[in-house]
Amino acid sequence: MSDAASPTLELADLKTHFFTRDGVVRSVDGVDLQVGAGEVLGLVGESGSGKSVTGFSILGLIDPPGRIVGGQVLYRGEDLVQASSARLRALRGRNIAMVFQDPMMTLNPVLRVDTQMIEAIRAHEAVDDATARRRAVAALTQVGIPSPEARLRSYPHQFSGGMRQRVAIAIALLNKPDLIIADEPTTALDVTIQGQILFEMRKLCQETGTALIWITHDLAVVAGLADRIAVMYAGRVVEHGATAEILERPRHPYTHGLIGSVPTRGHRGQALFQIPGMAPSPLRLPQGCAFQPRCTRAVAACAAMPDLQEIAPAHQARCWNPVP
Amino acid sequence: MLVFIIRRLMQAVVVMVVMSALVFGGIYLVGNPVTMLISDQASEAERLAVIRDLGLDQPVWQQYLTFVGKAVVGEFGKSFRAGEPAMQLIFQHMPATIELALVAMLLAVLVGVPLGMYAGLRPDSLRARGIMTVSILGFSLPTFWVGLMLIMLFAVALPEWIPGWPRLPSSGRGPTVDILGLKLSIFTAQGWLHLLLPAATLALAKGALIIRLTRAATREVLPMDYVKFARAKGLSERRIVGVHVLKNIAIPIATVTGLELGQVIAFAVVTETIFSWPGMGKLLIDSILLLDRPVVVAYLVVIVFFLVMLNLVVDILYSVLDPRVRLEAQGR
Ligand SMILES: Nc1ncnc2c1ncn2[C@@H]1O[C@H](COP(=O)(O)OP(=O)(O)OP(=O)(O)O)[C@@H](O)[C@H]1O
Ligand SMILES: [Mg+2]
Repeated sequence: MSDAASPTLELADLKTHFFTRDGVVRSVDGVDLQVGAGEVLGLVGESGSGKSVTGFSILGLIDPPGRIVGGQVLYRGEDLVQASSARLRALRGRNIAMVFQDPMMTLNPVLRVDTQMIEAIRAHEAVDDATARRRAVAALTQVGIPSPEARLRSYPHQFSGGMRQRVAIAIALLNKPDLIIADEPTTALDVTIQGQILFEMRKLCQETGTALIWITHDLAVVAGLADRIAVMYAGRVVEHGATAEILERPRHPYTHGLIGSVPTRGHRGQALFQIPGMAPSPLRLPQGCAFQPRCTRAVAACAAMPDLQEIAPAHQARCWNPVP
Repeated sequence: MLVFIIRRLMQAVVVMVVMSALVFGGIYLVGNPVTMLISDQASEAERLAVIRDLGLDQPVWQQYLTFVGKAVVGEFGKSFRAGEPAMQLIFQHMPATIELALVAMLLAVLVGVPLGMYAGLRPDSLRARGIMTVSILGFSLPTFWVGLMLIMLFAVALPEWIPGWPRLPSSGRGPTVDILGLKLSIFTAQGWLHLLLPAATLALAKGALIIRLTRAATREVLPMDYVKFARAKGLSERRIVGVHVLKNIAIPIATVTGLELGQVIAFAVVTETIFSWPGMGKLLIDSILLLDRPVVVAYLVVIVFFLVMLNLVVDILYSVLDPRVRLEAQGR
């Protein structure tokens, strides 16, 4: 489905570091990704692997002491790392929208929902109040909020967490962006609603040709949703490929472990596999491959960082000794 | 809401009763007003007549009960000194104080909030550091010293050193205009000139407080996800700061401003004395010096009532600014 010639977004060797008092945190350290129109990319990794920082880097929303220290964020070929703040502001919310991880904190508590929706439209388009309101109602309807006209006049605290996240998703949809970055938007929701929203979002992206980056720590969530999956570990993509390929033939030991810890059809009857050890501190990453200390397949070569290399057609892994 | 207001009013009554008893007893212990009011040459018969007139021959508890009995119907006795009803005296002096306090707080907010927000938005800039240093000064310099320095500078030194520099008045409130029976200075240019120095004296300390509060609140709100989300929506920096940040920091600022306004009105004593501002504070000091008990007690009762009411208004304002509080009030 993806059109490799002109991806909506392409990250090339993106590096975002935080210069903290304790040292440099290399949260994102050379990430290459791309996502095309109508395509869903699942970005998977455990807590602290740099998924959110990758998302914020795309929008230029890294606050000090963090900084993008290298690489490119190519939106339709335009490098956003070099873009002016005015240009970034114009793109945010209109061309690239983001749904944040924590729905309880995303909406401003002292502003009504209509204010927060209408301002998102009017920041980019000179439309009258009635038109903006109509679009807000349409967006709320789209994400399944009952009696949207009445709900528009509510304050965020009058919504449940799940409803708030739907409002945040509705805000992301308002200006019909070509790229949506959804940062674990369904983690706070219960399973039925989660499935419903996933289904809706996917349908929407296919209909409108919106590219979607779906961030999650749960492989099962993206299994039925994403066209491709990129697995992140310690600020790097360690494996990447078509969803079915990754799920059925994981080659990186880390991905293999991740899948082993989720009960799936293919592994029925086998004992659940746990990845030994803990994620390394981002301040003291091991030399070479960051996964090496936890890896059961580590070899001498792992002392040097492997490249992300083509391991099968349209399937890359960053590993010296991949799972066969 | 009504229950809430009634409860507050009852609290006010209790505080007023306790307070008036304490003050009444206190002043009784401090000294006998008769020695202040009657000249040494007066005869014994004249002395006794005055004492009986003022009801000072009775035991203190009886005096107090008489006082309470009258206070309930709004009568606080006559000033020993002026012979006018104490309440009337206080209400005469009230507009001057309220006017001064309002202008001072307005000044403090108009200067303090922008400076505080600037310091909060750019905490590492040189200017922000300058603002914070000045605010520490404003915070810690004693009011009387600031008042005297301002008088020295703007009413004495500058007009003398620099020819043509306008001399700011440093005493009294200048000409007043009657508006609805209230004497007000803010409607004449001369009145404003008279207001300038005392208002600035009060505003310096209050403004410094508001700067620090605003800066702290701004720094607290900025890292919030909803500010980042506002950025992610592509809003302009002006809208983010002017609406998303300001509306959130308005809650603590409004609360503190309201309470500080009450403080200024109730205790502008020092400033009013320095600038001979004919307000309630000056009236209080003069009355204490003369042991003019009815005025002092009436003043305190008025102030307690006023502070309780102000707290109530602040609470109501708070619920207007913060929708989360509003909902709880509805639920009750
Ligand atoms: N402001 C910051 N200052 C210092 N370090 C930061 C900052 N923000 C993020 N980091 C670090 O960057 C790394 C990646 O964080 P990120 O939020 O991207 O993780 P994540 O993959 O989204 O995890 P989660 O699933 O918990 O959301 C973490 O180690 C975190 O400590
Ligand atoms: Mg995250």
